[in-house]
Amino acid sequence: MYKIKDKKALNNDVDWMRVHAPLVARNAKPGHFIILRVDEDGERIPLTIADIDGEDVDIIYQKLGYSTQRLGDMNIGETIADFVGPLGQAAHIRDKKHVVGVAGGVGAAPILPQLRAYKEQGTKVTLILGARNEDYLVLEDTFEKLCDRVIITTDNGSKGQKGMVTDALEPLLKDDESIDHVIAIGPVIMMKFVAKMAQAYQKSIDVSLNPIMIDGTGMCGNCRVDIGGKTYFACIDGPDFEGQEVDYDGLMKRQNYYKDEEHVCYLRLKND
Amino acid sequence: MTNKTSRTKMPEQAVNERIDNFLEVALGYSIAEAKQEALRCIDCKNPRCVQACPVGVKIPEFIQYILDDAFDDAFDILYEDNILPSICGRVCPQESQCEGACILGIKQEPVAIGALERFVGDHGMKNELADTKITDEKKEKIAVVGSGPAGLANAASLRKRGYDVTVFEALHDYGGVLTYGIPSFRLPKDIVRKEIQNLDDMGVKFVKNAIIGKSITIEQLKEDGYDAIFVGSGAGLPSSLGIPGENLNAVYYANEFLTRVNLMRSNDFPKSATPIKLGDKVAVVGGGNVAMDAARTAKRIGAKEVMIIYRRDQDSLPARLEEIHHAIDEGIEMNLLYNPVEVFGENHEVKQVKCERMKLGEKDSSGRRRPLPTGEYEIFDIDALIVSIGQKPNPIIKQNTLGLNTHDWGGIIVDESYQTSVEGVFAGGDAVTGAATVILAMGAGKDAAQEMHAYLEKKAK
Ligand SMILES: Cc1cc2nc3c(=O)[nH]c(=O)nc-3n(C[C@H](O)[C@H](O)[C@H](O)COP(=O)(O)OP(=O)(O)OC[C@H]3O[C@@H](n4cnc5c(N)ncnc54)[C@H](O)[C@@H]3O)c2cc1C
Ligand SMILES: Cc1cc2nc3c(=O)[nH]c(=O)nc-3n(C[C@H](O)[C@H](O)[C@H](O)COP(=O)(O)OP(=O)(O)OC[C@H]3O[C@@H](n4cnc5c(N)ncnc54)[C@H](O)[C@@H]3O)c2cc1C
Ligand code: SF4
Ligand code: SF4
Ligand code: FES
Repeated sequence: MYKIKDKKALNNDVDWMRVHAPLVARNAKPGHFIILRVDEDGERIPLTIADIDGEDVDIIYQKLGYSTQRLGDMNIGETIADFVGPLGQAAHIRDKKHVVGVAGGVGAAPILPQLRAYKEQGTKVTLILGARNEDYLVLEDTFEKLCDRVIITTDNGSKGQKGMVTDALEPLLKDDESIDHVIAIGPVIMMKFVAKMAQAYQKSIDVSLNPIMIDGTGMCGNCRVDIGGKTYFACIDGPDFEGQEVDYDGLMKRQNYYKDEEHVCYLRLKND
Repeated sequence: MTNKTSRTKMPEQAVNERIDNFLEVALGYSIAEAKQEALRCIDCKNPRCVQACPVGVKIPEFIQYILDDAFDDAFDILYEDNILPSICGRVCPQESQCEGACILGIKQEPVAIGALERFVGDHGMKNELADTKITDEKKEKIAVVGSGPAGLANAASLRKRGYDVTVFEALHDYGGVLTYGIPSFRLPKDIVRKEIQNLDDMGVKFVKNAIIGKSITIEQLKEDGYDAIFVGSGAGLPSSLGIPGENLNAVYYANEFLTRVNLMRSNDFPKSATPIKLGDKVAVVGGGNVAMDAARTAKRIGAKEVMIIYRRDQDSLPARLEEIHHAIDEGIEMNLLYNPVEVFGENHEVKQVKCERMKLGEKDSSGRRRPLPTGEYEIFDIDALIVSIGQKPNPIIKQNTLGLNTHDWGGIIVDESYQTSVEGVFAGGDAVTGAATVILAMGAGKDAAQEMHAYLEKKAK
């Protein structure tokens, strides 16, 4: 059992949580993720490791559906049934001069450890942090301290620039020649358009793919993604991949395959 | 008098009932039935059956004890060679092992050795006959990677010798394929749980959610003071068909499908939060145990029509004979001599599978006639496709262990004493052989334990 050591709400939708998990903490690196199961009947859901503190592991999750909502209902001192990792390949921290991170919504969580690693090796880091509106922005202060520059965009203009992350990205790529790499983490549709734009400006791009997973060890094949006509298992080959040739449309369809069932589960929670 | 030429039939759940539940299909012998069947064994002086059992179970001896009503003794002698009799009695491919060699099989039906083994194993389990006492405690620490039959057998054998044994399992439950692969209608989960409980009672330590190579590397295990390590990580990586359309929704690898049902209990959705979606018409590609299990599970989940697509003929199906018969009884359609070449979908969801008609040519290296393409095709309308054409060893341990030699297909290379290329690290089971059988994995775990014991004795000197 894995004890919840600390927890706080980052906004109405997103929580930060610190969990005691020595076997995960021991070898975790930026880009790794964990899989947890809230209780004995729970689904196995993947979440990125946001930070490590001794034997504790930090996660940041958006209360999107049944499992993340159940997790959000847990309190400090309670225990999570299963918590396994570190999973996946550690992020490839490339030798770059100026990286632009593009984070959409809760994508801010998984991009944080990567940007930190870039910063530590002396790379200049600019971040575009996008959200639906002001209330959905997370980790703003953390990023303000970490990054050389933070550009905020919201769909309704309640904070920062009004518009989408790509609206903020394009002028950067056009005008700032020092930029030699882009990292995009967020909704698949966002990653798709950011990858397109990076390609148009001939910049390398890494994305972090989030298909549905079960075991996270290469055993089930649920997490397969098509990249340039080849099949990869995101849990062992990724979750980070070069972004140009990913079949984003296929990934979105696979992510949505259980939409109706997920809704059934969610309704049950509401009615309990 | 009993009819000695044909074997005693084991009672079964009726077909129309069982296709709606996950309870065990074959119900096991009563005492009278076991004795009636035991009577058929002619107690050969040079028993061919024993030679054909991978672990050399003393078959005529344990059968004679059944006749004497000495069921405890039958269990003890069986347990000497096989620590998982209730499991092996149920899942061994007996027709190609012990029963395949039984002398009676030449003229009539062979003795139902598997059914008798199950009877004795269940007797032992019910009466808690397994000896869990440890006489001589040793200080050396052993790490066992994986809790499938190879790991369990290795852990039990070393613990019996007094070692301090810890089993590390990647998943949130123990048992390997016995738990997440083989469905409960063939191997009830409480049997697997009881076997694991036995090990627990012996003092074997279990750590779940521990992926060796990730959570702890092999090197770190050594740093943590483990004196010898056994890798029984199995063959869990699914093989793909490599045809267009394979990544459409509702194309499952059998591993995913069976894991959703067996490990995540999606048949209990929404009580259990992991869903499964199949539709009415399901095709399963492959002809082994995994394919039969997937097909029969699909039926139980509610698929109306389930077909097996296999590229050879019925005699070449590698599955256990009993499962093939059960599958056919349950209305699984056998589309033999077909090979899938493309999957078609709509809105990224599978709708049809195109198959090439095959014919059989000359024998190949496996001794079976090679399937050859004919250039004729047929298209089947389906709602889901389950791919079940084999598994390879998982690369996680290889990728994270410096100097561990493997074959190019992924199998860990060991010498005759189960030693890998890394000092103090042994391996056995599917991780070494590729996908094989429970009894071979169990045998390897046990034999490796003997070698590890010898290694540790030598090191101590
Ligand atoms: C490698 C990886 C890292 C991730 N990191 C984070 C993170 O740091 N923070 C965060 O908030 N989210 C992260 N996610 C997404 C997170 O796993 C899903 O939001 C979560 O599983 C939703 O479950 P639910 O039951 O709450 O919602 P549901 O209503 O069940 O599902 C909502 C959507 O989440 C996805 N999803 C559902 N079940 C799974 C599953 N078993 N595995 C993967 N996706 C699933 C599907 O696309 C689904 O449509 C990550 C996903 C992956 C693959
Ligand atoms: C659906 C199905 C049906 C089958 N039916 C039969 C049958 O009827 N008869 C028969 O004889 N055989 C059958 N088999 C084959 C048989 O189950 C296997 O040959 C046998 O289980 C192999 O045992 P093992 O211990 O080597 O590996 P496994 O049973 O695969 O166990 C390996 C264990 O190691 C764990 N693991 C893997 N990597 C790591 C790691 N890095 N760290 C920690 N743990 C790890 C896995 O999670 C797993 O629990 C079937 C297989 C399947 C899939
Ligand atoms: S272990 Fe398997 S092969 Fe050996 S006697 Fe028992 S059923 Fe037969
Ligand atoms: S070969 Fe058949 S008849 Fe002979 S000992 Fe074995 S089971 Fe009995
Ligand atoms: S999640 Fe099962 S193979 Fe990746």
